[in-house]
Amino acid sequence: MCATCGCGRSDDHPHPHGHPHDHDPVTETISLEQKVLAKNDAIAAEVRDRLAHRGIVAVNLMSSPGSGKTTLLERTIRDLDGKRPVAVVEGDQETPLDAERIRRTGCPVVQVNTGAGCHLDAAMMRDAVAKLDPPPGTLLFVENVGNLICPALFDLGERAKVVVISVTEGADKPLKYPHMFAVADLVLVNKVDLLPYVDFDLDACRRHVSVVNAGARVLALSATRGDNVDAWYEWLTAPAIS
Amino acid sequence: MHELSIAQSVVAAVCERAGERRVHSVRLRIGALTAVVPDAMQFCFGLAVEGTVAEGARLSIEQRPGTVRCRACGAETDVTDLMLLCPCGSADVAVTAGRELQIVSMEVG
Repeated sequence: MCATCGCGRSDDHPHPHGHPHDHDPVTETISLEQKVLAKNDAIAAEVRDRLAHRGIVAVNLMSSPGSGKTTLLERTIRDLDGKRPVAVVEGDQETPLDAERIRRTGCPVVQVNTGAGCHLDAAMMRDAVAKLDPPPGTLLFVENVGNLICPALFDLGERAKVVVISVTEGADKPLKYPHMFAVADLVLVNKVDLLPYVDFDLDACRRHVSVVNAGARVLALSATRGDNVDAWYEWLTAPAIS
Repeated sequence: MHELSIAQSVVAAVCERAGERRVHSVRLRIGALTAVVPDAMQFCFGLAVEGTVAEGARLSIEQRPGTVRCRACGAETDVTDLMLLCPCGSADVAVTAGRELQIVSMEVG
């Protein structure tokens, strides 16, 4: 308000006096009280509804780069061949390389390149699902961008989140990247065929997972040699997921 | 650097609400158990507002501590990280605060 003449703004009404003095801008505080990721969460809810309506189960795979997500998917697609339709959304910063690997198995796949982005978000997922248009009953794998931090925050509308860690990474990863392991429904410890050659304490890893996420299940397997992959397929068909 | 996309979400939300008006400041509430670093948010907010009605807006951040309630003994305990343990030794705890990531308010004019 103008302390000299009492008006709110200099152009509110004609002034008998000039305005050599400045007016502070009139501001208004608007209460919002809304979630920062409200828009992402709303799109994710829309995706979740659409998938549920068609009996499609989406599983979001997250890990650091190189844990073996794509190899695990290649094997899973081959082993589930004919049992259930499978489709894949591939997330990477650049290149269609992973999508090409999945395509060679004969599985429908859409590559999403995030460019500078370090994670998939719900809008990317919605567009990828629209492009894939998977048939009812599909098991839809989402291979998130290799990153143990950012993808944890973004709901994609998936039914379950799976975090993959490999024995070459170190058993302390769950403690170092607690946000990621805290959101996992299932933790897969991959590359157990390499256990004789690396210093990785599987029991310690299980304990570390339980410190940050008491409810997460841990399965140790090898995507290349096939150790314990049946337990993974069983988990995928459990009532809680399907 | 997920703070950049979070900052972009904040800026998109406030600009949508502000319409033609200029945004002078934005207030956020960030819980201690979210993976969002206040300094990184400040930096990214400065980039995200460029060329919008919020360009030059001040960002203030209200940080909230994390608390958990133990399902075994019922105690409420402050926590600063995601090693969610009750002093009684139980890891069976429910997070009661610290996961907030909200836009509290904004000043427009």
